[in-house]
Amino acid sequence: MNTIGNVTGIVANLVIVETEGTTAQNEICYIKHRDTRLMAEVIKVVGNKSYIQVFESTRGLKVGTEVEFMGHMLEATLGPGILSKNFDGLQNDLNKMEGVFLKRGQYTEPLDMDKAFKFKAIAKKGDKVVAGSWLGEVKENWIRHKIMVPFKFSGEYTVKSMKGAGEYKPEETIAVLTDKDGKDHEVTMVQKWPVKVPIKSYKSKPRPFRIMETGIRVMDTLNPMAEGGTGFIPGPFGSGKTVLQHNLSKNAEADLVVVAACGERANEVVELFTEFPELEDPRSGRKLMERTTIIANTSNMPVAAREASVYTAMTIAEYYRAMGLKVLLLADSTSRWAQALREMSNRMEELPGPDGFPMDLSAIIANFYARAGFVYLPNDETGSITFIGTVSPAGGNLKEPVTESTKKVARAFYALSQQRADSKRYPAIDPIDSYSKYLEYTEIAEYLNENIAENWTDSVFKAKDILLRGKEAYEQINILGDDGVPLDYHIRYWKSELIDFVILQQDAFDKVDASTSLERQNYMLQKTLEIVDKSFSFDSFEHVGPYFKRLINALKQMNYSEYGSDQFKKNEKGLEKILKEQRPEKEKEEVKA
Amino acid sequence: MEKDTKAFQRVYTKLFQLTKATVSLNARGIGNDELAIVDGRLSQVVKIMGDMVTLQIFGGTEGIATNAEVIFAGKAPTLKVGDDLAGRFFNAYGEPIEGGEIMGQEREIGGPSVNPVRRKQPSEFIPTGIAGIDLNNALVTGQKIPFFADPDQPYNQVMAMVALRAKADKIILAGMGLTRDDYLYFKNVFDNAGALDRIVGFINTTEDPPVERLLVPDMALSAAEYFAEEKKEKVLVLLTDMTLYSDALSIVSNRMDQIPSKDSMPGSLYSDLARLYEKAVQFPDGGSITIIAVTTLSGGDITHAVPDNTGYITEGQLFLRKDSDIGKVIVDPFRSLSRLKQLVIGKKTREDHPQVMNAAVRLYADAANAKTKQENGFDLTDYDERTLEFAKEYADKLLAIDVNIDTDAMLETAYGLFEKHFKPEEVGIKQDFVDKYWEKNSE
Repeated sequence: MNTIGNVTGIVANLVIVETEGTTAQNEICYIKHRDTRLMAEVIKVVGNKSYIQVFESTRGLKVGTEVEFMGHMLEATLGPGILSKNFDGLQNDLNKMEGVFLKRGQYTEPLDMDKAFKFKAIAKKGDKVVAGSWLGEVKENWIRHKIMVPFKFSGEYTVKSMKGAGEYKPEETIAVLTDKDGKDHEVTMVQKWPVKVPIKSYKSKPRPFRIMETGIRVMDTLNPMAEGGTGFIPGPFGSGKTVLQHNLSKNAEADLVVVAACGERANEVVELFTEFPELEDPRSGRKLMERTTIIANTSNMPVAAREASVYTAMTIAEYYRAMGLKVLLLADSTSRWAQALREMSNRMEELPGPDGFPMDLSAIIANFYARAGFVYLPNDETGSITFIGTVSPAGGNLKEPVTESTKKVARAFYALSQQRADSKRYPAIDPIDSYSKYLEYTEIAEYLNENIAENWTDSVFKAKDILLRGKEAYEQINILGDDGVPLDYHIRYWKSELIDFVILQQDAFDKVDASTSLERQNYMLQKTLEIVDKSFSFDSFEHVGPYFKRLINALKQMNYSEYGSDQFKKNEKGLEKILKEQRPEKEKEEVKA
Repeated sequence: MEKDTKAFQRVYTKLFQLTKATVSLNARGIGNDELAIVDGRLSQVVKIMGDMVTLQIFGGTEGIATNAEVIFAGKAPTLKVGDDLAGRFFNAYGEPIEGGEIMGQEREIGGPSVNPVRRKQPSEFIPTGIAGIDLNNALVTGQKIPFFADPDQPYNQVMAMVALRAKADKIILAGMGLTRDDYLYFKNVFDNAGALDRIVGFINTTEDPPVERLLVPDMALSAAEYFAEEKKEKVLVLLTDMTLYSDALSIVSNRMDQIPSKDSMPGSLYSDLARLYEKAVQFPDGGSITIIAVTTLSGGDITHAVPDNTGYITEGQLFLRKDSDIGKVIVDPFRSLSRLKQLVIGKKTREDHPQVMNAAVRLYADAANAKTKQENGFDLTDYDERTLEFAKEYADKLLAIDVNIDTDAMLETAYGLFEKHFKPEEVGIKQDFVDKYWEKNSE
């Protein structure tokens, strides 16, 4: 019997409900407003009053309206058919919604329950299984979607019977399991899981030990992202956060990508909807949409559902991780989620923490990031969730609660710089301020040196060092003037510019340059460092810039041409020619001396 | 608006709390967001606690007595929409300023949002003739973009110019805290251009109560939705000034004892602004709503909560700046950005557009560095000198807001400047384009 209550107060989307029955924190309830049911979540209980946040507009809602409590938390529906779908924050299938405008109280089934999937058993009769064990698999797009023992099951079960190979609909029983008390449980391809609770059906969660290739040089080369790692991208507006995230979702080496568009622009989501079904995954050659699921809560959709959207996305990522897949989860932007928390905390008249955010913001963010990771599954297979969130700091000031709380938990930090964005140096990731703690992990360093090049990490640190020294030289030149510093300062500065233009800067809108393979990154880094290692001599500082600009131009033309192609080789020859010009000049000087 | 009492409506006359913007009374069966008339003034339900209903009075509560008459309308604010709207100006309540009636259907303002999967990706270029916009920050239908400008800059003039050149089917002006002079200016400009029949205005001037402003953008956007969705028209909405709109939000939230967030703005500022700006949309069947807004800054400070939140919501921003070298107002190429330009430049315009745009801005940045050097008393290199010369001409011939040429002419002008001052490798554009366009120009 569900608990029933009545509305007694309304302030925007915070509604107070009086009830005699039992209610629970985070319990889902429905307000019966006229002929629609508005979904809401309990966020506080005081005596017989439950405070609920409504996931919809409360316009026209009246005191006295009946509310039904459902006895469960907000749950995601997990099963075959999630991939390629466009959901809202509550996992409603947006494509099934009628009309151009979103109608209040319209909820749609996340999965296509009428669609049959080709099923093949993995487990056999008599097998001992636990929550998360693979029972069978179906083909979903190109991935082998595992049908697992529901995560809600606890303890060990014995497989009593398995359905044979064949086509089944998601809700058909595919297995019967017997628990230790001898009770039988029927298992279908669909299960539900409360989004705010982490799925922990894995054996262990080691430290990440290999990197996730993204094709973005400034990330892969300088500050690599670990597979199963966490990272965040803070940046003022206009610094290219979204372009960077879109580029990640296009090029990262993941089995599938879950994108949580959280409180961001609708047109950006439309870009994904429009382009992803057309764009090809550079690795598999399949359409990007085949490996992508989008959770869209755009900024004009109800605020409360915004909070839910990041949890829904994480739960879906965890579900696929449990199948042994490499999942990339992107959330843009976690600041909007924090703001949603702030709005609610404000309406509940809680004592505010820094900048009006709730006091437990830090803990909420930490718990969320902790759900990512690389795991060993019960059957010793591996799976991972790599999580990268963007942060939109108010006023571009990184000393604000959301950035600071995130910085404490995320291991890679990609600082977008307004200055770089202003001078159109994209991606505007600041090479000096950004870091990846993973580079310091011995496991990762070993992996890199083994898989990319023997001395890879040395080269990376060297490149970083040159960038830093170049910046220092630049500051000196600015203070003392072009002719107030030794010529060497100019050369040092321009060497760092060489790395900046050739390695750091990348044209996300150019077909070839948008994504760079590790092999090519290695080639270009070694090439650039070779040049940097050379000693140059110039008659005057005035000749340094123009000469290096020609080098940069030649190297950039290499970046723009297909790796190893004739064009690439031609550009490389052009580069060698420019480099050769230096020697005679040097000899000339020696003669003079 | 219907102000007469209807037979079935209950009238209340006992207010027990009055603040500068709100009144509270005991009433039953009242819906959230519902409209009411308090002593002849329009108000809206903002809070219900048991029997206690709190109303926000848009016109302010001056002179309202505790025995004032309160009549509930039983519905949220609406606007009568129809072809009748065209060519007319309305107040914040959607009543024609010059009197008369509107024939049409009633539409609730501040209605639901468009399902993102039913939107179409914006792809139609809006040429304005202003190179600072078309070349560097091309606008696209369905986009939302504000001018970030200090109060002394001619943003309303530029906006009117853009609106008239944009070839929109309807231009909807939402004036919030508009000075009467600017209101008459807009009317005049549209009238002189013979465009008055394409204009709909919703106007709250500085003479009107500030809280009334809160209704203006919703009214304007409801009208826009009518023309864009039902009539499939290309609608351009002008919102000026969103900073004054936000000020009204902070007044209300302050009166309701809400905890203020950054810069005394309500914590919900982001959502409040996004709700409006996200009405910008490209419908699949041709209709579209494009929003051009104004956010006035104080001393160019973009870290203030209003421009900051706006920047995160809108698809870019346009900065106006007075260039002292040429004595003209220019569209600042560094701080301006149109996020949707990638959808049209080089696709709807010539292929080399993106590279030419970037190269010119980069050279302009080099000039800015050279200028700093010069100001600090350092010697300039030959390259520095050339960038400075380039920058001056670039500002005058391309960035100034008095430029009115088509995009091909803008690109030709840019090549002209490149060739005059630089060698191709200094400009750094793709060799293919250099071969194709550089040569052509020097002939």
